[in-house]
Amino acid sequence: MTTTIEAAWSALEQLTDPEIPVISLRELGILRDVRHGPDGLEVVITPTYSGCPAMGQIEDDVRSTLETAGIPARVITQLAPAWTTDWMSESGKEKLRAYGIAPPHETPARHNVVRFIAKPAQAETVPCPHCGSANTVESSHFGSTACKALYKCQDCQEPFDYFKPY
Amino acid sequence: MSAATDYLLHLADNALVLGQRNAEWCGHGPILEEDIALANVSLDLIGQARLLYQLVATLKGGDCTEDKLAYFRDTHEFRNYTLLELPHRGPLSGYAQGDLDYSTTIVRNFLYSALMALLWEALEKSANADLAAIAAKSQKEVRYHLRHARDWLVRFGDGTDESHARAQASLDHLFAYTQEFWAHSPAEAAAIEAGIGVDVRTLQADWDAIVDAALAEATLVRPAVGGYVTLGKQGIHSEHLGFLLAEMQSLARAHPNGAW
Ligand SMILES: [Zn+2]
Repeated sequence: MTTTIEAAWSALEQLTDPEIPVISLRELGILRDVRHGPDGLEVVITPTYSGCPAMGQIEDDVRSTLETAGIPARVITQLAPAWTTDWMSESGKEKLRAYGIAPPHETPARHNVVRFIAKPAQAETVPCPHCGSANTVESSHFGSTACKALYKCQDCQEPFDYFKPY
Repeated sequence: MSAATDYLLHLADNALVLGQRNAEWCGHGPILEEDIALANVSLDLIGQARLLYQLVATLKGGDCTEDKLAYFRDTHEFRNYTLLELPHRGPLSGYAQGDLDYSTTIVRNFLYSALMALLWEALEKSANADLAAIAAKSQKEVRYHLRHARDWLVRFGDGTDESHARAQASLDHLFAYTQEFWAHSPAEAAAIEAGIGVDVRTLQADWDAIVDAALAEATLVRPAVGGYVTLGKQGIHSEHLGFLLAEMQSLARAHPNGAW
């Protein structure tokens, strides 16, 4: 029985994010579990942002990959616990950086909303993924997608995306 | 069951209607970064609405679907706050379709996001586990929306004479609509009774604190409110919602069951 689980993992291992094709679903923390359920094999995925347009594609990719591999399984979309960028693996973060996206910092300790909003945003520095400089500024809270903010490097002058903590 | 679905529809309609409104800036934003930011905020809101509609459809059963709820209900069946359906134009910018005023957008997003940041957090403890799960995701997203709107509010208020005047006028125009936040509808009262919903009045002091701190930093004056309290969440809407729905629903209604 373990072998079916292993086969499913290895088939799904190759799947990448449709918008950031260098990082796998497993490294992103979207692919949560492969397990035996009451009605057979279950593959558990957890969606990222509520509005992420890639999630539909990701679910389709998971289904068709399992089908192609001849592994019958039920795909379960699980909301809780909510996806967090803290689930992203170190290798995944390194791949993001190499791709030109600054990887997320660890999510900050959660304060109540009043305290959270009273503090200025982005106290932490976000190093430039191109030249490594810490001399960067945020240009916009939202970059090309909701999960990223737009930054600019003051040294190499390149703009870049920062994958925000979630 | 209906206490839950009525309450969930209120939350879903809020997210969908504001998501649709903000999406009107897509391709028309005042600067490219804001065009993209508003589109992303809209995606989050519409995504939250979808999760909530899917949950309502599951609870209602039968042939109910998220699309039926979004595209095949009419104005009087929508349960959103009136604030969220108003156009992006206020008293300073005139009322022509093209006269969109970004300060109206920012002030509204700020007032609503401040509420939702508090409400989603409180709803993480809802007796409905599915709603609690949606709340846990949404509270992460709305904090970014709130940060975005607050930063621009301060920039406008503490900016030029023109931006200050527009921000203050938008605030004066919109603030009275926030009275609806605090007046319970029967659906909210039932949901609170069932442990599914949260009594928003318990959040009012925190909302005041967030609003007052931001307005002070923005050198804006909090308007006094009073008078008519809108009833959008009970299905009694302004004339603006019908136009918004007509645009949003026309494609789905012209091609029922269409898929692409
Ligand atoms: Zn650089």
